[in-house]
Amino acid sequence: MYFDFAEQYPKLLMLLYGLIAFVVIVGGMLLLLDAVPSWFARRREQRLLAAGAGGGSVPVGRPRRGGEGLFGLFFLLPALLLLGIGLVIPALRTTVLSFMDGRSENWVGLENYRWMFSQDEIVQVLTNTLIWVILVPTVATAIGLLYAIMVDKARFEALAKSLVFMPMAISFVGASIIWRFVYAYRGGEQEQYGLLNYLVTLFGFEPQRWLQLNAPLNTLLLIVVMIWIQAGFAMVVLSAAIKAIPADIIEAARLDGVNAWQMFWRVTMPSIRPALIVVVVTISIATLKVFDIVRTMTNGNYDTGVIANEMYNQAFRYGQNGYGSALAVFLFVLVIPIVIYQIRNLRKQREV
Amino acid sequence: MAVFTRPRQVFALASVLGLALASTACSSESGTSADPDSEECAPYSDYQGNDGTEVTIYASIRDAEADLLEQSWSEFVDCTGIDIRYEGSGEFEAQLQVRVDGGNPPDIAFIPQPGLLGRFAEAGQLQAASDETRAMAEANYSEDWLAYGTVDGTFYGAPLGSNVKSFVWYSPSMFADNGWAVPETWDELIALSDDVAATGTKPWCVGVESGDATGWPATDWIEDIMLRTQTPEVYDQWTTHDIPFNDPQVAEAVDQAGSILKNEEYVNGGFGGVSSITATAFQEAGVPILDGDCALHRQASFYANQWPAGTEVAEDGDVFAFYFPTNDPSAGQPVLGGGEFTVAFADRPEVQAVQTYLASPEYANSRASLGNWVSANTGLDIANVENPIDRLSVEILQDENTTFRFDGSDLMPAAVGAGTFWRGMVDWLSGQSTEETLDYIEGSWPTS
Repeated sequence: MYFDFAEQYPKLLMLLYGLIAFVVIVGGMLLLLDAVPSWFARRREQRLLAAGAGGGSVPVGRPRRGGEGLFGLFFLLPALLLLGIGLVIPALRTTVLSFMDGRSENWVGLENYRWMFSQDEIVQVLTNTLIWVILVPTVATAIGLLYAIMVDKARFEALAKSLVFMPMAISFVGASIIWRFVYAYRGGEQEQYGLLNYLVTLFGFEPQRWLQLNAPLNTLLLIVVMIWIQAGFAMVVLSAAIKAIPADIIEAARLDGVNAWQMFWRVTMPSIRPALIVVVVTISIATLKVFDIVRTMTNGNYDTGVIANEMYNQAFRYGQNGYGSALAVFLFVLVIPIVIYQIRNLRKQREV
Repeated sequence: MAVFTRPRQVFALASVLGLALASTACSSESGTSADPDSEECAPYSDYQGNDGTEVTIYASIRDAEADLLEQSWSEFVDCTGIDIRYEGSGEFEAQLQVRVDGGNPPDIAFIPQPGLLGRFAEAGQLQAASDETRAMAEANYSEDWLAYGTVDGTFYGAPLGSNVKSFVWYSPSMFADNGWAVPETWDELIALSDDVAATGTKPWCVGVESGDATGWPATDWIEDIMLRTQTPEVYDQWTTHDIPFNDPQVAEAVDQAGSILKNEEYVNGGFGGVSSITATAFQEAGVPILDGDCALHRQASFYANQWPAGTEVAEDGDVFAFYFPTNDPSAGQPVLGGGEFTVAFADRPEVQAVQTYLASPEYANSRASLGNWVSANTGLDIANVENPIDRLSVEILQDENTTFRFDGSDLMPAAVGAGTFWRGMVDWLSGQSTEETLDYIEGSWPTS
């Protein structure tokens, strides 16, 4: 296919603008981050010099606390500001909207939450989300871990790892489109272009409408896509953790005469536990928020909906702000325990 | 200077400045405009006096169709000096709401759903049409069409493009070879379907898969048949929820649609059984007609664009369409259709000028002459319409005896019309009973 640069000129121009904006902002920030600390350093130098000239003995040790606080605030401020605008305020607003009607005009109390648990359709959505959140982190982590151990110190380790890691580089939407072709269905008389149905018919079976199978079977097929993407992430992090296990521990264990099984449970697992938790937590949160895969592949039809997808449909497509907000708040509530667990875990590690 | 002690910083600063300079260099750009006093510009004199202003338009029309759109008003832009910035989006319906709520609405939007138009109007976000726009629309459109752009007595949106949905596509040569005739009543249609089925070919091709809008082609079937089993008045009560969605009259229409859609003998030519309907993309659904795998495909006039390149759409060509037969021809020809409406979110004079111009016969003719476009504008000269199906559509729309009704799902609240009605149809085609489906849709009708 040929590409007409002249015709695509406006899009290319926008691309150029985007690049320029990126360079200006990132460059500006880098410059600022470079200039400001050196400015602080110079101030301190001058102060020290002044003190040295006046008193004779140069005070050593910690600089004044006030300056450091200000310095810290300078780095914190942009993040706090962005968090406020992008996260805290919208979260509060969404919570308020979840107690109002579809047009955000009248207060309805807990009606939206009652609706959420009384509609068969939404209960199905909640159940599906639960299935996702149970299966994706466990299976993706298990596959990643198994793979990491298997390819560890193998001959073509780098190649084998990059093969599994590659799906990670594909966007969720891109991956969904790929898998839609895998699951594609055509009638028995026709030539199958879906990979799975091609294989099925090769063995003489009837082609299946994979994505329209009875719930929750089709949800499982969607989950495969997410696992396909996330297993690479789990593998890379866990592989790094395995390689970071000190060699003397492994050697000591060997001298004690452990077998492979004991080595795994007594040495490897305890050593990589922090990394394992990070992986499971990260994938869990990503799974709770899963949206692109479901929207691209079925849009929640055939009982495959999940919370994020249903939330988008209710709030933005159906104009039911109340229902959408209630779903959003519920999703938020679901994520909180995982985040708290993660924070406590990090703190515990620091104490040890 | 401490700041430039390292070459890295100099490089960063230089590149930032250099690119910033480069960006300003290409931002000045001027279009060539025609002489506003020339003869060529005479038809636009009413809209002049807003030179140098800009109007933004946002709609769901994209790609090739969007290019034609921009081409259609290029003369207007040249002669009036009003710069029209057009933006099309595949996420139009959802994003329009986001933009309006975010305080960043376009000046003008083309809304294809009267239900959505009503939502913006009731929220006080739309500008009522100016007197000029209203006069222009009243002069060129029938009362039916004006009513769709009117909310609580205030006129907001002038109609723009239209389409006619009550068509059945077929292959004239296949009909001639088999001695089949174009049916004129529902009974003849069923008899024809039986004839086709007797030859061993499934008579109908149906597909309702359409990405995140999956199910909409099935709602068109139900609406078209509602107009045939019930009176237009009952149809109106149905779309406004004056009768419940699970009313027996609706169930009757759904069951009549089911006599074709859920009949294993009739569907789904070239694709499989009834259950393949929900897995078949609507764009591909009619194509087996060309291979003789099926004979009939009910789809709107715009399906003319879906045939593979080189397919001749004509009465004696590869494919053509006939009017979807009615149960009782003596009751007239009910027609189901759709279209978009020009609404304004700003009340600047140049916005009103554009809105008025888009409702004019000059605009309709300008756009129609570029091809693949139909409008209910009575000032549209049929000589400017090239495509035979478009021509047939214009004739139907301009015929005073036509009982026209707007696509029902577009009139209903989005929660139903773009939500549970679509999803309910998918479930219904997957085997759910009519009763269960209609109860489900009725239960989702918003109370507020």
